[in-house]
This record gives sequence, C-alpha cells and structure tokens, in this order.
Amino acid sequence: MTTSRTDLVRRHGLLMAFGLFLAGVAVTADGFLTFGNFVDVLRQVSITGMMAIGVTFVVIIGRLDLSVGSMLTLLTVIVVDQHNSAGPLGAIAMTLLAGILIGAWNGLLIGYFRLNALIVTLAMLSFLQGMTLLYSGGANVNIANSETTWFAMFGRGSVLGIPVPVIFFLGGAVIASFVLRRTVFGRTVYAVGGNETTSVFSGIAAPRTIFVTYVISGATTAIAAIIMGSRVMGAQNTIGQGYELTVLAGIILGGTSLMGGSGSIWRTVIGISMLGFIQNGLLLLGFAYYVQWLVTWVVIIVAVWIDLATKRGRVLA
Amino acid sequence: MSMPTPFMADRRIGKALANLLMRNHIWVFLTLAILVFSFSSPYFLTLNNLGNVLTQGAFIGILAVGMTMVMINGEIDLSVGATLALASALAIGLQDSIGVWPAVFTGFLSGVALGALNGTLVALSGMHSFIVTLGALIGIRGLVFVYSGENALMVTDFSYTEYPEIYLGPVSLTAIIFFALALFFQWVLTSTRHGRETYAVGDNIEAANDAGIKIKRHKVINFTICGAMAAIAGILLSMRLGTAEPNAGRIWELWTIIAVVLGGTRLIGGFGNMWMTIGGVLTLAVLRNGLRLLNTPNYVELMVMGGVLILALSLDKLLAHKGVH
Amino acid sequence: MDTVLSVSKVTKTFPGVKALDAVSFDIRAGEVHALVGENGAGKSTLMKVLAGLHAPDGGEIIHQGEPIRVNSPLEARRRGILLIHQELSLSPELSVAENIYLGAWPTNALGVLRKRKLRRDAQAALDALGSDIRPESRVGDLSIARQQMVEVARAQAFNANVAIFDEPTASLTDAEKDQLFKTIRALQDRGVGVVYISHKMDEIFEITDRITVLRDGQVQGTVETAETDVGSITRMMIGRELESYFHRAQEKFGDEALRVEGLTKAGLFSDVSFSVRAGEVLGLYGLVGAGRSEVVETIFGVRQADSGKLFWQGQEVSFPTPRQAIDMGLSLVPESRKEQGLVLNMGGRENTSLPHLLDFSRMTVMDRAKELRTFDEYRALLEIKTTGPEQPVSTLSGGNQQKFVLAKWLCAAPKLIILDEPTRGIDVGSKSAIHELIAGLAEKGLAVIVISSEMPEVLGISHRVLAMAEGRLVAEFKETEMSEENLINAVSRHKPTPALTMTAAE
Repeated sequence: MTTSRTDLVRRHGLLMAFGLFLAGVAVTADGFLTFGNFVDVLRQVSITGMMAIGVTFVVIIGRLDLSVGSMLTLLTVIVVDQHNSAGPLGAIAMTLLAGILIGAWNGLLIGYFRLNALIVTLAMLSFLQGMTLLYSGGANVNIANSETTWFAMFGRGSVLGIPVPVIFFLGGAVIASFVLRRTVFGRTVYAVGGNETTSVFSGIAAPRTIFVTYVISGATTAIAAIIMGSRVMGAQNTIGQGYELTVLAGIILGGTSLMGGSGSIWRTVIGISMLGFIQNGLLLLGFAYYVQWLVTWVVIIVAVWIDLATKRGRVLA
Repeated sequence: MSMPTPFMADRRIGKALANLLMRNHIWVFLTLAILVFSFSSPYFLTLNNLGNVLTQGAFIGILAVGMTMVMINGEIDLSVGATLALASALAIGLQDSIGVWPAVFTGFLSGVALGALNGTLVALSGMHSFIVTLGALIGIRGLVFVYSGENALMVTDFSYTEYPEIYLGPVSLTAIIFFALALFFQWVLTSTRHGRETYAVGDNIEAANDAGIKIKRHKVINFTICGAMAAIAGILLSMRLGTAEPNAGRIWELWTIIAVVLGGTRLIGGFGNMWMTIGGVLTLAVLRNGLRLLNTPNYVELMVMGGVLILALSLDKLLAHKGVH
Repeated sequence: MDTVLSVSKVTKTFPGVKALDAVSFDIRAGEVHALVGENGAGKSTLMKVLAGLHAPDGGEIIHQGEPIRVNSPLEARRRGILLIHQELSLSPELSVAENIYLGAWPTNALGVLRKRKLRRDAQAALDALGSDIRPESRVGDLSIARQQMVEVARAQAFNANVAIFDEPTASLTDAEKDQLFKTIRALQDRGVGVVYISHKMDEIFEITDRITVLRDGQVQGTVETAETDVGSITRMMIGRELESYFHRAQEKFGDEALRVEGLTKAGLFSDVSFSVRAGEVLGLYGLVGAGRSEVVETIFGVRQADSGKLFWQGQEVSFPTPRQAIDMGLSLVPESRKEQGLVLNMGGRENTSLPHLLDFSRMTVMDRAKELRTFDEYRALLEIKTTGPEQPVSTLSGGNQQKFVLAKWLCAAPKLIILDEPTRGIDVGSKSAIHELIAGLAEKGLAVIVISSEMPEVLGISHRVLAMAEGRLVAEFKETEMSEENLINAVSRHKPTPALTMTAAE
C-alpha cells in the first residue's frame, strides 16, 4: 500500500502538483478554467513549446542547445525580410533551410568533432546575434502587406476554433513523441544519451545521431520562427533573447534529466504548459508579468528537488 | 626506471612544449590580438585606450573571478548577471532612505545571500548547479523587476558617481579592484586550505569525500564568493552609470563563462586558475575595444567572439588528443 | 604477535541483502592477512566498514584494545586504518604531496597552507618506502603503479597500523607487482597489519601469512597460509568440489571463419596474425595491458588499424565501424559490461535489441512484440533473474547483467562471437552457466574467441590458446600442449620494454 502510494507520487508527483496549482488558481481567479483561456495559454506557449520539442531531443542525447534563442531571432528576421522579397513560400523555405543548416553546423562541431556542447552553443549564441545584426543592418523589419498575406495564418489563424500555432505545437509534439518512442532513430537517441560507448559498441553511429538531434532542434526553431514572424508581422533584433533559458526551464520542469538517456516529449509539453499556466494564472490574479519569474524559480527548484528526493528516497543529498 | 633514449627525450620536450602551450594558449591569443590592433589602429596602443580596455573589461572580470572559483569546484553559476542587477538596484534605490553606504552594503549583502542560497541548494539537494542557478537567473531578475517596478533607478546625489573616479595613472579604481580580487583569489587558490580543497573537489569528488574533505562547505563558500563578486561588480557599475537598469547585466553570465573558458579553466572542474581568467578577460576586452576602434559594426564583435571561443575549444581538444594531460 | 584490529560479529544489511552476517576476524601486527571470497561474498563491504565508508548495523570493532566506531574515512585514517583502493582515490591535478595528505593538510590558524612542512613530510614518507617519486610532481603525470605508490605513501604518512589493499595488482606489470610486494613487506616489517584482498591465488600464497575466507557474508574460516593449498581454499570459497567446473566443446571444426594478417596499431599492438574456424573455441591469454582487448576491438571496427588485413569466410573485408562487423555476423561481448555492454537505465528488452534495431523494426518503426518475444526467449534460455522486460538492468546483479550482454550479442544468430573476459566479476553459478553456453555455441558451429586473464578458464574451455604479451602474439598452443606452465613461460619471457611502459603510463 505504502509503496504503491510512493510509486504514484514518484511517477505523477509533478502532474499532481500541477493539478493542485490549477485548482488553486481556478477557485481564486475568474475565467481561468475556461476552454477559451486554456486554448489561449497553449497559443502563448506554442513558440517556446515548438522549440522545446527539438531541444528535448538534444537534452535526451545528453547535450545542450543554448543557441536556439539567438537562432529564433535570426530566423524570424529572415522569414520576415524574405517575405517582403521572395513571398511567403520562399520565405518559409529559406527559413527552414537556414534553421537546418545552423543545426547541422552545431551538430557537426558537437557530434562529429566532439566539442563541448555548452561552449559550442554558447559561442553560436553570440555568433548568431552577430549574424542577425549583419543581416538586418540593425534595423527592425516588418512585413509590408501584413493585412493581406496568407502567411498570417501561421501565427494568427485558427481551424475549428483552435489556433494554428497550437495545432503546430501539439501536432509537432505527437509526431516527435512517436519518433522518440516508436522508431529506430528514437531508440538510438535514448541509447546514445544513456551510454554513448555502449551505443558505439552496438553499431550505432553516435556522431550521426547527435548530429541529427541538432538538425531537429534547428528545424523546430525554424518552425517557431515562422509562427513568431507571422504573429508579430515583424522582427526586432532581440526578439528571441532569453528564449534558450525559458525552453530549458520548461524541459527541466517537465522532469527530463540533463544527464541524458531519459525524458520524453510529453514531459516537455507539460513543463512548457506549466510555465504558461503559471504566467496566465498570475496575470489573471492581477500580478505584474515579472512575478511569474519569481514563481518559476521556486517551482523549478521544488519540482526538481522532489523528483530527485523520490528517486533517492531521501530529501537531502 | 630506465635510461631515457634520445627519442624519448625528444618526445618529452615536445610534450612539455605542447603542455605549456595548452595550459597558456590564452596569452598567445592575447598577444596576437594586441599585435593585430596595434598595427591596424593608431588609437589602440595608447595609455588612455589601454586604461579604457581595463576598465571596460573589469566588470566581466570581477564576475569571472567568482565564476572561476565555482568552475574549479566543478559547478557553474548562471545567475551572476541577475545578481549584479539586483545589487546595483539596491545600492541606488535604497540611498534616499538609508544613506549611501548602508545602501551599498545592503546591495553587497544581497549578493552574498543569494550566492549562499545557490550554494546551499546545490549542496543540500544534490541538484545540478546548472538547474539551480538557471532558476535563480530567472527568479532574481524577477526580484529586480519587483523591486524597481520595471523602472531604471537614478541616483539623486551625483557625488556617488565620482567614487570610482580614482586613477592610478591610466588605471581606474574599477580595474584595480578587479586585479586585486583576482590576485587575492589566486592566492586563496594556491595557498589556502579552502583553495586547494576546491581543486580536490572539482578534480575527484569521491577521493575528496573519502579524505574527509567537507565538499558541501566548499561549494557553499564558492557560490557565496561568486554572489559577492557579482554584487561588487553591480555596485561598481551603479557608481559608473549613476543609474540601475532592471535589465543590467542581462546575458553577462554568458560573457563571463566565455571569458573564463577562453582562459582555459575547464568546465568539468579541477583545472584552471585566476591567471588564465585574467588572460581570458583581457582578451575579450581587447577584442571588443579593438574592433570598436576599427569602427567595425558591433556584429563583427559578436561573431569574432563566437569564432574565437570555438577555436579555443578546438585547440584544447586537439592538444588533449595528443595525450598532453 | 599482537592483534591490532579485531572484528567481532559485525553485521551489515542492505535492502534485500545481508552483506555481512556476524563476521569475526582479527588482524595481527606485522602480518599479511588475505581476505578471499567470490564476488558478492562480502569482502568489499567488510573493507568499507573498516575504512569508515559504511557504518555497521551491529557487532563490534576493536582497534588496539579499545572498541571504536568509525564514521568517516578520515576518522579511520586518524586511527591509522588506511585503504588502498582498487580504483585509485587520487586527484590527478594536485601534487603528490597534496595527495598524500589529502584532507589533512597542515595549515596555520587562518587556513593558510604550510607548504614547506607539507613537502617535507611527504618527502619523508616517500623516503621511508624507498620511492624516488618527487613530492611536487603532478599525480596525473605518473604511471598507474606510481600512483598506487602515492597511496601507499599515504598509509606510511598517516602512520598506519592497518593497511587494506583492495586488488592492488589488477593493472600492474610483473615488475611493478614485485616492487609493490617489496613495499608491502616493508610495511609488514614496521609492524603494520596488512589486509590483502585479491582473486589471484598465486599472489595470495606468495605474500600472505593467513587467509580468511568469506562466503555469502559469513566467515568460512581463517587458516595459516603455510598449512593449506589452493584446492582447499577454493572449496571453502565455493562450498563444493570443482570437478565439472569447465566444459570444453566437442571438436567439430568447419571452415575458416576469420583470418587476421599482420594487424598493427602503433603503440597498442603489432603484427597480429591468427585465424579461427567455425566450431572452434580460440583462447586469447595475456596479462591486462597486453593489447588483447585492443586487438578484438580493432577487428570489430571500434578502432581502426594502421595496417593489416581481415578475411571473413575467405573474403577480404574491412569494418570501418562495428555496424559492418555486426551485419556480417560478428559479435563482441566487451570487457566492461557497465561501460561498453549495457545502457544501464534501459530494461532487458531494449538492451537486447540494441545492436539489431533494424531487424527489430518494420519500416523503421520498432516492433515491440518481436522485442518482447526475443526477451522472453533469452530470459528463459539463460535463466536471467529479472522482474520484467522494463526493469532497468542497473538494478540487476553482475551475473544477470552479463547474461543480458550475452543475450544482446546472441539474439541475431552471429557466426563468430568474441567474448572479452566474459566471466569477470560474476558469481560461480553464472560462471559455469556461461562456460556451458560457450561450449554449446561452438558445438552449434559458431566460431568463438575467448579472452581471459584467468588461466584455468582459458585452458579449460579452449581448443587452442594464443598467448599475447606487450602487443604481440608470442606463442600458440594446441590442446595437447596447453598447460599453465607453458602459458606463464610464454608471456613472462617477454618483459615489457621501457618504450611500451611509457605508452601504458600515459
């Protein structure tokens, strides 16, 4: 009896805490527990969520990607700018290509040249900021025909009452989850993250697998940039600043370990949504937006601590 | 055990050279950067400008001193930029109510307290410091906004901005404080029990534990030092600017890590020192200053930094592959 | 002789296991006392209790006449009880002197190191052992044997009265072993009680005065080394006679499976040539560091050779990565099951299918039902004790873990299987099960290469044995010529040259 109860807490402790939080806000704030608000929160987190899906692959393989924030900025600038010159289709194609190329470069250095992921992506964070300024010349860019372009659909459209960004986010999550849990590639990601040497002895091409996870991270960031560009209909040179940390915070909050080898997409979806609901709930309760940062701090520490403590069976290390 | 053959002696010299280069590659970078800018800009190699370089580098430098302690210990602190902003906001914001020096002292204490909190959380929970301080980065920034209400705080008594206007030749007080702190903590690292045990913990944590070294205490102390350094940098920044922006120090934690890693201190712990960090900080400062003198747009600076960091990492890797360890 | 340390009815329980069950034994001043037993018998737990790493649940430890309670390694060290680890407990970036006094550096009241005293004291400890290591050297620059000497110097420096050596010769050359034994005798002469834990019977009979045998957490007895022999100690360890311990496959050789010609990798091995036929068990014997694992890893594509040729079923082949080797029908059960053999947080199902993911999938989607069938099949075949397909293998015993490594490398029906130390660190029951399995595989027509540093094992199961020393094949013995004497002569005629010692030290 006791073991089954601790088991329950261990597996679903985070979800239960989240449920309690939702219930707490629901009784104190009006309009929180409505379908409309629920969808609204998901729409708000869809950009970070989309990026987090890709970064989850990278984290499960035991690496980090701190370059996604700068990458989002650059790609948003590209999609907006190219929309004006090459049209929506050309802009989308170029943005996806650029995202994949940047991811491939990260993957080349980290997967094949075996350089430290933290430092490489930190360097890329700086480098891509420079690229953005180089590309934009320091000016903000805007989409000229923002009222008429069908490109608006990605950020602003909706299907059957569900916003398109949410469809992208959840659809992306379903596909990514299938890839991770069901396919050969997904299995190799867990294997390399769990024990790289064993994977190599087992005939798995670890460098290539690492390479591909960074390409995925670049591609999901490109999709996030398309949504962002379409929603804002413009881009500043700092639009993605700090996103790398929000994305990581969501992944960690979901319970995916930075050590690699474990974690899942649905955990990331939960973690990212949790950040969104915290923000939304606090705003509805009348707090300033920055109060959510304080709460996020506390929630991350408590959630990770509880996770560790249940795994160890004791609270202190 | 056996007589060295000529071949082995040869290898030893090669090995020693490679070792020397690997452990000090930052000075090669720095010399190269200084040479390039001296030839390409007439304004670079002037006392006045070099003084500027030191002052500009000193803020990241002071953060880097604390970061070096934490990194040698085998941890990382992402919250230094936010802590800097909080100390800076408190040092200015409290002046009208409690006076200048009490406000400065409170700012300093806030850094010490947050550093101690980070260290205690890492030590007690067994969480990775990356996670703990990532949370702190987000949360402390929230504290700054809560305290300042999103506004930039201004000093009312402008004599406050004159405190750091003390110069030793071209060297500003800020730069002197940076060097003094770096030298002091270099001494701590080489000559005190805490310093040596910091290496022991970062190098082989199990051996340190078996030897009865108080791992948790050293971690708490080093995070506290790191928080204190961030507060000092924040206070000096508030004096220099006369204002405290709530967004001050944003992504400075990344620049700090870049400076320390560029110097050669290893992320995995157990290896590094303040000389390397001084080298890393100066290289960073020279690059930024030199590129600005050349009137290059600021994106060049960002791209060069990224490139240099990857180059430094590749060099480290390449030499490590040759079995230099 | 006086008793320095006596252990009386010490008990230690871990969740589900009674690791020590009322263990009593004593160590006299100036003796070398062997502690032997199968893996899991409780040797390492007992050692950790003595060194202050585990607190006992019950019983008493009496040190120099007074009952003590050691709560930390430092406490044990202060009392003069020192542990020389199997895995060295040194900080490579620190100096020799700092490592000797790790955790107990002399400081003034302000916490400032007294470097000169530290250096002087360390020098004195090294001198007392007759070692020429310099106290200011960086430990990371020393060879393994010299690093071990730093640990021994630590025992000397702390004025140890009890020194516990845990498998100290595991990675030493013969010359280094002799040096170590000299040092142990020096400690012994000074009245230190030495506990010597080892699997190697020849060493135990060479250096120890008394032997205490542990089995299943209980003491089976303590005997004078001079009054016993290997047979009776082994009987005490496993609790039964060893008659059917090894099982050799029936000779039914087919065509040549693999031929290696002139395989060379600078610094690791050179000019290695041999062949193995279907149905044959080929033993590869050599000391640790002889290059055995490196050779088979190169054959398997984990490493790349500088020169040499591989022929697979008569055709010249090359394996740039293990993938090509696996696809051709080769399997390698690697030396370290935790680091190279398994993904520890995965269950048995996922570990078993790992090298053959495409075979276990349809259109690149994993076929879970097929994985489960294979898992069930091998769980039954190898009698693996696990609660289910998803139980993380990290929670299994060493023997059961090794069986999953075997399952993983057998389930795709290989034509050649290479086993690198397949029975290291597992219990006797699993050991003989694996020996029988190997014989069965050969009888079914597989070519088998077995690497082992256990001479009886390699002689007991192989049809032919190759001896390897310092990166070269030095002898080949047919079944009729195989004997322990011949093997020892073959590998010890080749003393390591200085150049190779250098390489090994880096």
